Amino acid sequence: MFKRYNINRDILTLSAILIIVPFFFQNDFYYEIAIVSLLNSLICIGLNMLMGYAGQVSLGHGAFAGLGGYIAVILSSNYGITPIFGIFIAVVTMSIFAFIVSKPILRLKGHYLAMATLGVGIIISIVLNVEDELTGGSDGMSVDSFTVFGYEFSSSLQWYVLCAILLVFTIWMFTNLINSPFGRVLRSIEGSEKAANSVGINVSHYKSIVFVLSVVIATIAGSLYAFFSGFISPSEASFSHSIELVVMVVLGGLGRIYGAVIGAVILTILPQLLTSFEDYQTLIYGAIIIFVMIFMPKGIASVYEDVRGRLFASNK
Amino acid sequence: MIEFFGFLLSGVTVGFVYALVGIGFTVIYNSSGIINFSQGEFVMAGGMSTVFLLKAGLPLGVSFILAILITSMIGIVLYKLIAFSKNSSQISLIILTLGFAIFLRGLAEVVFDKELHTMPSFVGDGAFDMFGTVLTYQSILIMIVSIVIVVALYLFFKKTKTGQAMMAASINVDAAKLMGINIKKILMINFALSAAIASIGGVLLTPITSTNYEVGIMLGLKGFAAAIIGGLGSPFGAVAGGLVLGILESLIAGYVSSEYKDAVAFVALLAILFFMPGGIFGNTKAQRV
Repeated sequence: MFKRYNINRDILTLSAILIIVPFFFQNDFYYEIAIVSLLNSLICIGLNMLMGYAGQVSLGHGAFAGLGGYIAVILSSNYGITPIFGIFIAVVTMSIFAFIVSKPILRLKGHYLAMATLGVGIIISIVLNVEDELTGGSDGMSVDSFTVFGYEFSSSLQWYVLCAILLVFTIWMFTNLINSPFGRVLRSIEGSEKAANSVGINVSHYKSIVFVLSVVIATIAGSLYAFFSGFISPSEASFSHSIELVVMVVLGGLGRIYGAVIGAVILTILPQLLTSFEDYQTLIYGAIIIFVMIFMPKGIASVYEDVRGRLFASNK
Repeated sequence: MIEFFGFLLSGVTVGFVYALVGIGFTVIYNSSGIINFSQGEFVMAGGMSTVFLLKAGLPLGVSFILAILITSMIGIVLYKLIAFSKNSSQISLIILTLGFAIFLRGLAEVVFDKELHTMPSFVGDGAFDMFGTVLTYQSILIMIVSIVIVVALYLFFKKTKTGQAMMAASINVDAAKLMGINIKKILMINFALSAAIASIGGVLLTPITSTNYEVGIMLGLKGFAAAIIGGLGSPFGAVAGGLVLGILESLIAGYVSSEYKDAVAFVALLAILFFMPGGIFGNTKAQRV
């Protein structure tokens, strides 16, 4: 039964970690960092599917998450729509948006694709900044509390449980997807688009699907983040947030399911650890990225796999 | 009409600076195939170094030259890091240059500060009357210096032995190696050159728009947009792209909406990528990876 539904050891390990970790939390701040880590992990899993499995770079996912969040928040705060339905409409809107954008954009490759996604992202963030009647401009806007069918999410623990379940569920779906024919198609596209095309795969179609899927996950995570923090500002959709997400995925390890999670957790916690260095924070942050890219170009997860591989080899 | 010429002139001035940043991108891209996301930070480093060297009491000329040298050294450091990393994956190189950009921003925060700085114009605050509007001496200086740099680069690549070696290396690395060209040295010169050009842009722009540690982000992206609009890989394309972008931006800010001024570069970038992937002057295909 385990095999069939692909509930493998890794997912059980992750669940166990997610259950144990809160016992070490001393106050709400720990929860806050954990929840943000989980939400970032969600976005990174989608982004990793796009970048690591289908081989398409996006420097705009922060903006997609931010815009999705804004749509959900504006609907619920200004138009009295329930948050969960607001998120649903945001997901539908962003899917259509992503699908339309994906057609011309994903024809581009390499640097050109990176720059085009970056361009779309920056235009989104400028619009969010300028249209202040709707978005509150650069000051951002406050967000109503999050309720699902009358049940209100107010404590950090509730949020933690919600996000943890969402993460495990997403990873489970993702693992199944990657090991399905769909996943094999993606890998073939990453290997060579021409070869994939020549065996009858509609490459452009599949690339669009992955792009839309990753934007949907980003929208959900972005909306939840806004409801959790009770506040949303254009910085969620900024260029630096998009970059941060890409760095998380690459740092963790492209094309490695848990790499995205590892990268997201490390890069969410890291700035908190660096706050004690005050002025040197940005400097050290940059230095760490350079260091990892030079010495672990395949990401931290690859180092873990190497170590695990060696351990198992020595057992034999 | 007077208004129009005013916008046009300020557009051309800023456009030349975008062009310089774009040329910097092109020089590195042509030689190594790398898109350097810290190009904007080179611009910032040039401007900020000059401001602080001036504050330290050095004369303007000396500060200017020192700032260019400092930025060139930074360019060489970036090259050394890239050479040291030895990995060919495009995405990890992109992340490396992004990390370097963050590092430089952090460095500027620590070595300099977070304030907004400006400095006096090199050629005084005077201006010519032109078409009923004014053309400041600083604008004229920017135009002249930019044109001189473009011509000098052209001559350098066509006439000098080093320049020809650099061209050869950008056309075919392996063949260039077989001809006895020292690729490592060539790449290092390219990175230094690119940083130097960007820093000159930064110094020239500072009296007009002032500078701080974050100014490189937007300038770098717009310079890149200029390079793409003109056709990535062609220095003349970068100049054309920069001018088109500068003028377009200035006209939109003047006639349509100053708030959406920054979006112009990216809308133009997307339009070019979707409909004219080779750019105005480029002969490369967008599919080229």
